[in-house]
Amino acid sequence: MSAANNPTGGGTGPEPVAPEVTRRGFLRGTLGAVGGVAALAAALSPLKDIDKEDYTLEKFLQKHYKEMTPEEMKKVLARIRKEVEREYKLSPHLRDVKPIDGVQFGYALNLGRCIGCRKCVYACVAENNQSRSPQIQYIRVLEMPRGSVDIERGNHHYDRPTVPDEDHYYMPIQCHQCANPPCVKVCPVEATWQEPDGVTVIDYDWCIGCRYCEAACPYWARRFNFTKPGFPRDEAKSENPCGLNPDMAYLSNRPRMRGVMEKCHFCLQRSREGRRPACLEVCPVGARKFGNLLDPDSEVARILAEKHVFVLKQEVGTLPRFFYYFDQEYPRDIPLSAFKTSATGPALPGTPMTGGEA
Amino acid sequence: MKEYFRFLGRCFRVSFVGDWRYQLWMLVLTFVVLLGVNAYAKQFVHGLIETGMTDQVSWGLYIANFTYLVGMAAAAVMLVIPVYIYRKHELHDLVIFGELFAVAAIIMCLAFVNVDLGRPDRFMHIFWRFNFPRSMLTWDVVALGGYLLLNLHICGYLIYCSYRKRKPHFVFYIPFVFVAIGWAVSIHTVTAFLYVGLGGRPFWNSAIIAPRFLASAFAAGPAFIIITLQIIRRTTAYRITDEALALLRNIVTVALAINMFLLGCELFTEFYTHSAHMASTVYLFFGLRGYHALVPWIWTSIAMNLVAMVILFLPLARSLKYLNLACVLMIVGIWIEKGMGLIVPAFIPSPLGEMVEYKPTLNEILVCLGIWAFGLLLYTIFVRVTVPVLSGRLVSDQVETSGAHPARSGAS
Repeated sequence: MSAANNPTGGGTGPEPVAPEVTRRGFLRGTLGAVGGVAALAAALSPLKDIDKEDYTLEKFLQKHYKEMTPEEMKKVLARIRKEVEREYKLSPHLRDVKPIDGVQFGYALNLGRCIGCRKCVYACVAENNQSRSPQIQYIRVLEMPRGSVDIERGNHHYDRPTVPDEDHYYMPIQCHQCANPPCVKVCPVEATWQEPDGVTVIDYDWCIGCRYCEAACPYWARRFNFTKPGFPRDEAKSENPCGLNPDMAYLSNRPRMRGVMEKCHFCLQRSREGRRPACLEVCPVGARKFGNLLDPDSEVARILAEKHVFVLKQEVGTLPRFFYYFDQEYPRDIPLSAFKTSATGPALPGTPMTGGEA
Repeated sequence: MKEYFRFLGRCFRVSFVGDWRYQLWMLVLTFVVLLGVNAYAKQFVHGLIETGMTDQVSWGLYIANFTYLVGMAAAAVMLVIPVYIYRKHELHDLVIFGELFAVAAIIMCLAFVNVDLGRPDRFMHIFWRFNFPRSMLTWDVVALGGYLLLNLHICGYLIYCSYRKRKPHFVFYIPFVFVAIGWAVSIHTVTAFLYVGLGGRPFWNSAIIAPRFLASAFAAGPAFIIITLQIIRRTTAYRITDEALALLRNIVTVALAINMFLLGCELFTEFYTHSAHMASTVYLFFGLRGYHALVPWIWTSIAMNLVAMVILFLPLARSLKYLNLACVLMIVGIWIEKGMGLIVPAFIPSPLGEMVEYKPTLNEILVCLGIWAFGLLLYTIFVRVTVPVLSGRLVSDQVETSGAHPARSGAS
């Protein structure tokens, strides 16, 4: 229809603006509609690559973790087992591990001992089935200049043939399992919460991927699955070609999906069954201590009682359950002679640089 | 009820009718929307890896545009207040254009939030377990949803009354108008609190963010409306007076001046105190540790805003040509300030001091353009339908042909 017949609202005449249905107009309308639908279909064509298993009715209707009855949980676990079997060719030992009564987990890290070898980082990745490509890691080790606890000055990407470097100390950072967690507060759908044993967990099947928790965390402890987690496949192996850890729990290290958040959970598939987190077990210098804060005889409770511990960014008020301390001659077991001519400047005359503990 | 659906049907048909400029404009917008749909389909399949976001910079263009558009939507009240509180009735009909713009802007906001989700398929989880009132994001859902409904109701009611040639009954819209005025302030305040409430992000953790949001929104929003009103005036027979534009110009001038003042306050606090919290601000304005991707952006933005302010304060701004220039400068300048200047730098350096910069991908930019085009498409249709209704050339067949409204005679 031409402009003359149907002016834009611009005409001054009183004629109706609604078009009359003419044969020509009808034809044009039909052609336009067909063309529009075709163009829309073309625009939507990338959707043909979609993983249909990702959008089943069963998953769509799955309830929040806290609302599921034991029966429903059983069904969900069976579904996930089947998915893991199909996708990764292994039969996982998957269960929902509950917190233990009277237990509050705490972690203490001895900065005087840590040598920055990053073994904890990789043990964590293997234990908790993090994506290898793109890489997701829960622990970040900072190489810190001596004389500062300002993490802004830490080097995230130190790459030395050998560690430790004498002029630095090393500060591993992971989720601090705060008692007052800002990440839990901000989640719009309650997909993340703090368990009675103090561990902040995520229901990967409930998270909508808004990443508000990631923005809220002062410790940069949360990671997002920007795409489907990728694992190198060893085609020679018929069973478990991706080398996943089959020991899995619903709230911890079961395989994640695209578009959801994940984080350190103190290896609750291990810790809630009396074992220690993977990062602790692998530590070659025994810098990591873990246990029940409520048990006065636990190692971690004794460290809190006896050592001068501190928490990172105390000023943000999140009350971490992850404590740092130095318990040796600063910074660690290096001959004192090493400090006399360090790059940070000459020692003050007459003042042995041994720290306070000598 | 039947009559109402007939009205919607006629509106739908009218939206396809127009001269070649209209058709071309709609065709171009549709094309850009489809480009955006295509880009989003890719992102939907492969995930947010299609964007430039990372674990370090976990919000980018999407949230930046969202923030900006919340402000644009809130700015509709700057048209409403003069009419309903200061009783400038010559602007009465213009309010509808402002509120229609708010509707389009809110729909764009919702689209931007949705494309930012990693699992949009689980969006309805927000209704099953709504973390209200703890999460500010749920407040934002309430604020934006409510504002959308309020504005839809007000515009819809007034337009439909005009279509039926009925006099709108004040009970059905005046209370809503006043609620909407307060609500408009709340949508932007709540959106600001979304960021301000994060103790781990010192760049945002400042009380001045919410007032700054409002000031910049009340500058950029009416600036946009000044330009659209002129387009409406030029392409349709609808009469829009110069006084209306002059009033909006005054609003924009004051809002921009307040915005610049608040920016100054913020910069003083950050730089004079020289606290450890200023890393992100230093990065934004001067670059930090060799990284300075945002520096040219923010200075461009400040320059644009300053030039716009100078023009507005001079008598020059009485000429529409210069006023339009100032408006465009403001719209773009404040967009940069909101996006590159407010969202992205809060993530750089990361909470652990790591420097990772953000560079949006082409796919991400296409999704944004698609949403903008969709919003403009909606607004064009709204205006296209509203103009003939308000000027009496599209009226209900049910209206009695009594000759009281000569404009309507063609419809029967």
